[in-house]
Amino acid sequence: MIELSNIKKAFNQGKPNEYWALNGIDLTLEAGKVTAFRGPSGSGKTTLLTLVGCLSRPTSGRVRFRGEDISGLPERFLTEIRRQSFGFIFQQFNLIKGLSALENVILPGFPTGRPRAELVASASQLFAQLKLEHRLHAKVEWLSGGEQQRVAIARALINNPQVIIADEPTANLDTALCREFMAILESFTAAGKTVLLTSHDPLVVESSAVHRVVGIRDGKLTDD
Amino acid sequence: MPNLASPWLEKQRHLIDFTLASLGRRKTKNLGLLVAYALLVFVLASLALFTNALRTEATFVLAGSPEVILQRMVAGRHDLIPPGYLDKIGRIRGVQKKEGRLWGYYYDPVVNANYTFMARPAEEVASGTIMVGATLARARGLAAGNVISFRSYSGKLFAFKVASVLSPDSELLSADLVLVSEADFRAFFEYPAGHYTDIALSVANPLEVRNIAAKLAEALPDSRPILREEVLRTYQSVFDWREGIVLTVLSGAILAFVILAWEKASGLSAEEKREIGILKAIGWETGDVIRMKLWEGLLISLTAFLLGFVGAYIHVFHFGAPIFEPVLKGWAVLYPRFTLVPAVDGLQIATLFFFTVFPYTAAVLVPIWRAAITDPDAVMR
Ligand SMILES: Nc1ncnc2c1ncn2[C@@H]1O[C@H](COP(=O)(O)OP(=O)(O)O)[C@@H](O)[C@H]1O
Ligand SMILES: [Mg+2]
Repeated sequence: MIELSNIKKAFNQGKPNEYWALNGIDLTLEAGKVTAFRGPSGSGKTTLLTLVGCLSRPTSGRVRFRGEDISGLPERFLTEIRRQSFGFIFQQFNLIKGLSALENVILPGFPTGRPRAELVASASQLFAQLKLEHRLHAKVEWLSGGEQQRVAIARALINNPQVIIADEPTANLDTALCREFMAILESFTAAGKTVLLTSHDPLVVESSAVHRVVGIRDGKLTDD
Repeated sequence: MPNLASPWLEKQRHLIDFTLASLGRRKTKNLGLLVAYALLVFVLASLALFTNALRTEATFVLAGSPEVILQRMVAGRHDLIPPGYLDKIGRIRGVQKKEGRLWGYYYDPVVNANYTFMARPAEEVASGTIMVGATLARARGLAAGNVISFRSYSGKLFAFKVASVLSPDSELLSADLVLVSEADFRAFFEYPAGHYTDIALSVANPLEVRNIAAKLAEALPDSRPILREEVLRTYQSVFDWREGIVLTVLSGAILAFVILAWEKASGLSAEEKREIGILKAIGWETGDVIRMKLWEGLLISLTAFLLGFVGAYIHVFHFGAPIFEPVLKGWAVLYPRFTLVPAVDGLQIATLFFFTVFPYTAAVLVPIWRAAITDPDAVMR
């Protein structure tokens, strides 16, 4: 479903502080599976996810998504693919303060032009699935860490994407909440979604919910 | 039934909804901006409206006055026109009409104001009646049919019946005016028979006015011709000069406001930058983000413009621009108390609008645009 061939990514290219975060990655990711990227801090995990998720473009190499080369597409098209096909769960949750949980969740639906009523209906359904109905109208800054993450998950799902990208999703959660998250992961797989996540938490990478673990070090894949 | 326009419309609705919610979320910043900006528009618009109204008023007043007024001077002071003087002018080519005028000031201790009494031919104002200006009528509570008495300077009491209140086309023109018959005027002021206050001459061709003035000065060396065009020019330059003074006095404050508003508007907080990144990451297009912020900027600046302008209109036309009074007081000396007739110049509004709304929107947009075109991968860090 996603193929990476000889991906390289440089930051500040041509400047004295040039840094190659990815040094030639070749990887094929299967649809409907949960893949975890494991590696030390600074190894390039987040950078890899941004490339797959159309948040940035590789310096060289190709990214294919469902057979189509997306590495050279102009920003407008990348945005459209991102909106339709990818849902993001960020480590810092990245919710918009001052808005209610519901408003945050329906935000990715705005550019699609879906009517508000429809967006609110699907959001309510997601809140029910995530056992968060009682927090629908609460401002996000009043929510606990676990609740905030569930709002972030609902937001990632509102446009019904095929791929969920989660960067260090459990870094801010305690063990109980972490287990809860793994359960939610399994529901994604049951729904046929592809999941890419990064983590160095053994609780995550050794969980049965994860189908494949890919190691990264210094911008290169390690064999395991 | 497929409707192609509807998703687009829905999207715009979403953007506006979100904009309104955003404005509410940053109440202090946006309210501060609104107030500073509305104040700026208020001051500039007040000044523009006020001077423009004065200019219109002056032109209006002078349009009805004769092209040349001849005053007789004695020892450098304005004196009465003696009998026979009018005939001494003789025939001058280009002068359509010449007539002696009778007018004078009367102080009314009841309302503490000066009126201008002016004599009119008997066909216009019957003996024993007067016509009064609107402001005066208001001050003394007069209506057509009422009787009012004035004590003359010699102590005698004169009763007049109000024939009508002058139409307030231009209040400045007729505010304090009392029109009386010539006979009543002479009796009231004990004005010497055959004498006049000054002489009014009508000239059809404006090119001939200077020529005629020269001939008058030659024929009557003890007189002073006053030309309408000169008065008009003096007024204009006085208006411009006063507007300039006010602007200079205010420029410091205006500049401070502009800088404050600019800084507030163009400074994008880290929080706002983060939000733009989030919106882009979750699938908003650069254009959506910019459009949303454009709505925000327009909403603030248009509201501020409207508030400021309406405030200025009320300030100038209902309260007589009290804020500028210390600087523009001169007018009160020229024209004791008057209410300006609302006169708004479209071009002036357009100019003001352009120089306030446009830079503001630009100030808001530039940093937004810069933040919106960067790659959204920063939100992952
Ligand atoms: N925008 C950037 N500019 C410069 N260097 C960056 C930038 N983003 C990431 N890096 C560098 O790239 C390397 C990989 O970063 P990242 O992908 O975040 O690693 P990980 O997620 O595995 O911790 C790090 O050394 C980091 O400092
Ligand atoms: Mg990372």
